[in-house]
Amino acid sequence: MGQDFHAPDSATAGEETAISTSGSGKGTFYLLGPGVARKNDVTLGEEIKLGSQDTRTAGAYTAILCSDSCHSAVFFVSAAKPTSLTFLAHPSRVPVAQGDAVSGVAFPFDPYHNLVLAPATVNFQITAKDSSLWSRAVRAENGVAWFRTASGKSAGLVQLTATLDDLSTRRAVQQVASEACNLRIMGERTRTGITVQTEPVHDCAGNVLPDGTIVTFTSVGPHGRGTVDAPIKQGVARAQMEAEGATTISAASGIVMGNEIRIEARP
Amino acid sequence: MKYAVPVILVVATAFLMVLGLYVTGQAGSNLGVAKGSALYSSASTPEQALDNFLIDVQRRNWDRALANIASSSPVDKQSFIQDWLGSNGSLRSFSSLESFESRPLHATNDEAQMRVRLHFSTPIGPIEDVRDFHLIREGGAWKALWPKVEVPSVPAQVVPVTYLRWDLVTGGAEDQWGSKNVDAPHVRIISMNAVDSAEGATVMGEVTNEDTVPAFVTVNSTLVDGAGNPIDEESSFDKIAHILLPKQVSPYRIDFPGLRLKDVKNVRMDVKATLVPASADPVIGVMNQRIESDSQGKSVLHGDLLNQSGQTVNIPHVIASFYDNNGKVVWVSDGYVDQALLPQSSEPFAVEIPKSLSASVHGFHVVVNQYSLGKS
Repeated sequence: MGQDFHAPDSATAGEETAISTSGSGKGTFYLLGPGVARKNDVTLGEEIKLGSQDTRTAGAYTAILCSDSCHSAVFFVSAAKPTSLTFLAHPSRVPVAQGDAVSGVAFPFDPYHNLVLAPATVNFQITAKDSSLWSRAVRAENGVAWFRTASGKSAGLVQLTATLDDLSTRRAVQQVASEACNLRIMGERTRTGITVQTEPVHDCAGNVLPDGTIVTFTSVGPHGRGTVDAPIKQGVARAQMEAEGATTISAASGIVMGNEIRIEARP
Repeated sequence: MKYAVPVILVVATAFLMVLGLYVTGQAGSNLGVAKGSALYSSASTPEQALDNFLIDVQRRNWDRALANIASSSPVDKQSFIQDWLGSNGSLRSFSSLESFESRPLHATNDEAQMRVRLHFSTPIGPIEDVRDFHLIREGGAWKALWPKVEVPSVPAQVVPVTYLRWDLVTGGAEDQWGSKNVDAPHVRIISMNAVDSAEGATVMGEVTNEDTVPAFVTVNSTLVDGAGNPIDEESSFDKIAHILLPKQVSPYRIDFPGLRLKDVKNVRMDVKATLVPASADPVIGVMNQRIESDSQGKSVLHGDLLNQSGQTVNIPHVIASFYDNNGKVVWVSDGYVDQALLPQSSEPFAVEIPKSLSASVHGFHVVVNQYSLGKS
């Protein structure tokens, strides 16, 4: 009593398929795959139906049919059509005008969470306030499409979009001002000391530094040194220094130094 | 015979109980004399008078302590108690006077100058305070002259605060992968120096938050020997301002007690930053900073903390980095201020510079860490 069977050349995840058998009598069928291990009795000469539940996970499957002897065959189940596009964008915050600072990677997945390895073209686009800043079409290889580009020149929220056919995923990246540039301060003597404040603090591209950025004011006078770490509020940092005599005041933000001013003693 | 052992045990126990009562009674009577009014009223020397006074302060016998203060002292009971017990949730209000050592500086028949090292136990460890006491002979007994205690008083006022605050919204587990990623803040160690100090090896330097969001920063260091094996790993613990606002710079110091740098081949640094909610208030100015020698000949950085905001800072913490003439960080010192910093008020601070380094210090940078009750 001879037996033979034919596994499908290819199958698609989540779709029903069948394995044809020849011969007569009873046999035992085994199916081993990435997401399934199944055993059942079959009648030789009839088709063995594989349901959509059996082939949900893409990968290599082994079919084994045993009667007088055992025979096996390997077949591959490939992912179905993409139904979701996972998009990772990095970083979530980036200083403006930085080369190769923004990157994104997209992975197409089918409805059963299988990575779609079939070649496809993913369109990446960066937009700000509905105007396109940058776009690129990238051929996905082995289920991955990626890009890397420089950050823009203007601070603010930009949207990164990855599109594959009718699938689209968006991510937001906050472009923030870079280091302070031309940090300048001015001051005047008041009844209680010296009030010192910066001019609006910008980076070299003209973006206002975000509120909360610390500016350190340092005064040097006859009574010693004074320092105040003051946060920028509405673009300007202000501090009140206690100083009686002639005083020199300077400012710094992070590793950037500003100008120095001298306030004479109260007459 | 079978009752011999229990009987011996009962007799021995009774004997020990009686002995215990007797010994306790003796100790109690000694203690009583030491703090009793007989000795207290008959302080015939300035040392004895000062000891009595400080023992009463230690035991919080305020009436008796005040009775040992010269009548010419411009002090009232409430401000005197507040001076010793602290207020407004300050570090002093969580401290107790553990012990003291006094020594005479100068003495005549009618007056004496005494220097006292006061050892306080506090939640952040032992703290030492040095005070000079002036004693005079008054009515046949030595009494301390107590200076007027300036209790900071803040007038009723409205302080407008348009403070900046960063809140943090995090994604849930059900969010799509990568949809709500927020990067950790970018922080950088901008200087590092390793030295041998009296207690062991010390790694110090400065770290800055280069990002536009606040960061909770911890600096760790691992000492590695010649074979590449780690010898010890320590963190900056409280020798750093952990919450750094954007572009803020903080000193850090990591101590390795009992280790010497000659045994170290390599130092591995690791800075960890986490995104945290934070507030830009209160702004604390550091005024009148100057390096002076104190009464014991030590170099000390003095200054005043000025609270420019409208909220009380319960426990101010000062961290200072000291630079040599090349701008290299040669030491990092810190100190807690034991009085609360009331709104729009100032409090003095002092941090010590090791004697061996005082000559090489050419500059310094002070940051203020603050702990407020009810805030994390």
